[in-house]
Amino acid sequence: MAGALELRGIGKHFGALAALCDINLQVGADELLVVLGPTGAGKTTLLRTVAGLETADEGQIVFGGQDITHATPAARDMAFVFQNFSLYPDWSVRRNMEFPLKAPGRDLAPAAIAERLAWAAELLQIEALLERPAAQLSGGEMQRVAIGRAIVRQPQLFLLDEPLTNLDAKLREALRLELVVLRRNLGIPMIYVTHDQAEALSMGDRIAVLSEGRILQVGTPETVYRKPLSPLVARQLGQPAINLLEVRRQNGAWVVAEDVQVMAATEGEGSMLLGVRPEDIAPLGGQSAGKIRVAEDMGATWILLVDWAGTEIHIAVEKGQTWRPGDEIYPLVNPRRAILWETDHDQVLRR
Amino acid sequence: MSFLKLEQVCKTYDDGTAAVQGIDLACAAGEFVVLLGPSGCGKTTTLRLVAGLEKATAGRIEVAGKDITDLPAAARDVGFVFQFYALYPHLCVRQNIAFPLDSMGVARPEKDRRVDEVIGRLGLEALTRLYPGQLSGGDQQRVALARAMVRTPQLYLMDEPLGTLDADRRLQMRELIRAQQLTMGVTTLYVTHDQEEAMSLADRVVIMEGGKVRQSGPPAQVYDHPADLFVAHFVGSPGMNFIAGEFVWEEGQTCFIAADGAVKYPLERPLAQGKGVLGVRPEFVRVEAAGTVAGEVVMDEYLGSCRNIHVHTACGRLALRVGDDQRFGLGERVALNLDDEQVRFFAADTGEKL
Repeated sequence: MAGALELRGIGKHFGALAALCDINLQVGADELLVVLGPTGAGKTTLLRTVAGLETADEGQIVFGGQDITHATPAARDMAFVFQNFSLYPDWSVRRNMEFPLKAPGRDLAPAAIAERLAWAAELLQIEALLERPAAQLSGGEMQRVAIGRAIVRQPQLFLLDEPLTNLDAKLREALRLELVVLRRNLGIPMIYVTHDQAEALSMGDRIAVLSEGRILQVGTPETVYRKPLSPLVARQLGQPAINLLEVRRQNGAWVVAEDVQVMAATEGEGSMLLGVRPEDIAPLGGQSAGKIRVAEDMGATWILLVDWAGTEIHIAVEKGQTWRPGDEIYPLVNPRRAILWETDHDQVLRR
Repeated sequence: MSFLKLEQVCKTYDDGTAAVQGIDLACAAGEFVVLLGPSGCGKTTTLRLVAGLEKATAGRIEVAGKDITDLPAAARDVGFVFQFYALYPHLCVRQNIAFPLDSMGVARPEKDRRVDEVIGRLGLEALTRLYPGQLSGGDQQRVALARAMVRTPQLYLMDEPLGTLDADRRLQMRELIRAQQLTMGVTTLYVTHDQEEAMSLADRVVIMEGGKVRQSGPPAQVYDHPADLFVAHFVGSPGMNFIAGEFVWEEGQTCFIAADGAVKYPLERPLAQGKGVLGVRPEFVRVEAAGTVAGEVVMDEYLGSCRNIHVHTACGRLALRVGDDQRFGLGERVALNLDDEQVRFFAADTGEKL
């Protein structure tokens, strides 16, 4: 039975570079935790440290009640799936998948190996591929086999490092669903690392947002999307990204410049940073005029890039009306969905 | 009057692989055309044929009324933007951008003017003295775009230029490319596997599969009126839902019936007989107390601005899009209705639109 994982104050340095700083994180015994962050945030280092491929310079890793900070990778009994599949190209799918079961010290009987393999192949619907050389598989098939190789061992914890990044968009969409269902059925905890906010939101039981080696926020997808602690977190979730506007209070409204009202008054004083997601702005009904610069027809929705209040904003609207570049609109911000931060967060604007 | 024209273009490799199997394509001057399809559909090969990097085994390619089928790549006057940055590592950003002009022998004042102009347009002023190795992936991409745009060729060819970018950057670049193309009016052929990218950029989307064109039309048209099941599934995220059923004659008119009558649509005119497929987009499937299709929620995909709910029903698995604040528990029983106006019908055997 798999246990819970706990990272306590993990730090990792590469020379002068602090790759991870004071990481505190729990992964429940039956949880899918997504670690979301841009390239260079320290996601992979975090995963490698959990796996034992890197040793933490500071802190403690506790897994299933035991301190594993200095345990060897093999002793941790975790399965790692990488972005670039890493199958042996000349070996058959069967041989690739059997490989972890034949590792020294496992001592599994051939019948037991065959049984595990059949179980995994059925689960991933790759029975028909078993005798084929890995080099002849499509990208999606390869990633299924790589996942199959991870699950045959029935490990205590799955560690997935951007496993869908190299696949076609359409396939990614299907596989992310499959992975969630698969993990749920296996009941084994998983840490899933990605830079793709749609994967994070749709797959995670919780999301840990990582930036420059630090955890900025941990919470359910709904919480980090709707109640981000900082503009930096807010910008990592949502597509198009959240709109950020420097506003100040004037005559009972939030304005960006003299008399350019962007939102009716809410709580707050002085100068603030206003965050509002594209879907929380209606194109019509507001006080200040804006002009559509780019109108993207996305099928179910429109995404509009609008010159408004001295800056540019994105608005996402459901289909119904046709929008064209040059159209004059009056953006209306939904005050119940808007977020106001103290302006000391405004360094985000200048990134 | 088409500016770029492909007539029955084929490419068969020496090993017998027929990558492109008779493509017809006509792009108007200034049009932004996106070739969309999964890996191996022939989209990149088609682009390379137009660029002259591959030689067509049959057919004819015409640009501005001139047959270029057998013209070498260098003589075609096209700007090719690759998936990989392929910047020259030993040249700084400014030199990289100037490179195409250098190789054309453009003289100094004119060269500087054009390089400065594109650097300003793409906001690269701070990077001009850096080398590619010192740039982030996103900046390398912008430099690659600047290098492609410093020349004004008669045709841009772009091969998944945004493939390696983070989502945020990808959107920025998408808007940048779109704005550039609108202002410069250069005909563009653009390849991607990402339907969202295709929808947002294209004047016209050409959906390919198996070396052939499945449908060609404006984004709204391929989304709302897909020509076949492949297009219906490939375009949209998630793709269109399909319900297999039968066309039967009932009470003086043809009806489409599935799942023992839980789904039943009378048709204004008889489309077909026998087996068929109904298609409906996730945003047109609704949870309603009086819904005729019963099901159980098996998956809730939160996406921030909305949710995709996956429901197991007698018609198979259906995906529906709901507001982000509408929550459903796993295993919850729901009743669904389809928006009458938005259902589409396809032939069961060929998969083609009826």
